Amino acid sequence: MAFRKPVSAIRMDFLIEGFIKAIGLLANGDPETFSAISATMTVSAYSLLATLAMGLPLGFCLGYFEFRFKNQVRVAVDTLLALPTVFIGLLVYALFTSRGPLGHWGLLFTLPGIAVGLTILALPIVIALCATAVEGSDRGLRVALISLGASRRQLFLSTLWEARHGVVAAALMAYGRVMTEVGIAMMVGGNIKWRTRTITTAIALETNKGEFAMGIALGLVLLGIAFGVNFAVSFLRKRH
Amino acid sequence: MKADRWRMAIAGFLSLLFAPAAPLDAQEKVLLMATTTSTEETGLLDVIAERFKKETGIDLRWTATGTGKALKLGEDCNVDVVMVHAPPAEKKFMEAGFGLNRKEFMYNDFVILGPAADPAGVRGQSVKEALAAIQTKKATFVSRGDKSGTHMMELGLWKNSGLPVPEKEAWYVQTGQGMMATIAVAAEKQGYALADRGTFIKYENILKGDPPLKIVVQGDPGLLNQYSVITVNPAKCPRANSELATRFSDWIAGPRGQAVIKDFTMMGKPLFTPNAK
Repeated sequence: MAFRKPVSAIRMDFLIEGFIKAIGLLANGDPETFSAISATMTVSAYSLLATLAMGLPLGFCLGYFEFRFKNQVRVAVDTLLALPTVFIGLLVYALFTSRGPLGHWGLLFTLPGIAVGLTILALPIVIALCATAVEGSDRGLRVALISLGASRRQLFLSTLWEARHGVVAAALMAYGRVMTEVGIAMMVGGNIKWRTRTITTAIALETNKGEFAMGIALGLVLLGIAFGVNFAVSFLRKRH
Repeated sequence: MKADRWRMAIAGFLSLLFAPAAPLDAQEKVLLMATTTSTEETGLLDVIAERFKKETGIDLRWTATGTGKALKLGEDCNVDVVMVHAPPAEKKFMEAGFGLNRKEFMYNDFVILGPAADPAGVRGQSVKEALAAIQTKKATFVSRGDKSGTHMMELGLWKNSGLPVPEKEAWYVQTGQGMMATIAVAAEKQGYALADRGTFIKYENILKGDPPLKIVVQGDPGLLNQYSVITVNPAKCPRANSELATRFSDWIAGPRGQAVIKDFTMMGKPLFTPNAK
């Protein structure tokens, strides 16, 4: 009776190989991997800072204040949560291409160029989640505070404080989204070695090359970074 | 104590966020090229870029995509030079004035891959006979479907064989992906596919020399895969770095560049043949 290797065993092979490779890449300080990690960190940081700077005030206002067309704005923001990344990539490409309206900025094939696209991607996430967190903060508390004679400013600050966990969750969600994005990074960045090759575009390339284990290894590296960030945040939260 | 821990954590978080990117030296001589996936995925460009940098100090950077988009990047003035393999599309590009100088510098050939069992029985036939047999038997054929040089070559093969492109046939699968991904799909579906020999050798190498797909048709003169390097015309793109582009084009078509291509082998097999005039 012929013994046949089960298909699942073959799959496991490259998963395990990928895991071992991931450790090797990090331990040996593989320069290509660290260049990709650095590119990923840079675009994530730029876009997250820009997103929070714009998204938190906007999200807060959307959740806190009552105004005309508030529901319509909510629907618009929620719709933008579904923006396809390839579409954003095309849009930003059209803006930054040499012959495009912002071509003279020279942002095509650069990390800041990718960050612009990622900011467009993350902004609706932060606005929507932040607004929800603010809306969800305890209305009863507000009533109690008003009856205790709290000023508008005190009321505002207490709502901000109440919503802090939601805001952190929004930032983490946005961070996870921009760090793992591939369509925008590929279209706007061009996957240029040593310059704009992020971990995700490197995974796409390795997969196209048929180097599945290497792709798995890079994926694990990315997961490791995500774990580091989340661990740091939970460490901070525990102090309260 | 508590403040210390906070500070430590914030510093750690920020240093993680602001891990320094590779420094961009404004002084560096940088040449930007748009090219096709086959030159990058085989690893040829890594070798070329390293040698070119060593000999000229010019930093060659590239973005790899299908030939269609690579030419479009040239048209849109986003790169200084393009390296592609679709002569008819290149001709149009030159006629429209987007290219300054076109040099043919290397070739490899296309092969038709098929499952070892060869269900359509095409092994050793000419391209024309093989495509006709695949069509008649409705054997699965996996196409790039992405306007790449390989895809354009395949469309030309159907046309030259007097057959309609089986665009909507159930047995004709268009992946819209790169060469290696397309070969992988063909292997999974036990289908036929057109591939460049370089990528196939790489594929063989990954599967330790025993791939489920084999070469079934090769050596037909219609399967020649010519690569060219085209410098972008500064008359259309004033900001294109025509000087560095020309130096690269001269180098790759010159004795040193040609030698690098000749010496680039995998499993003892050359992937490309230099043929600059």
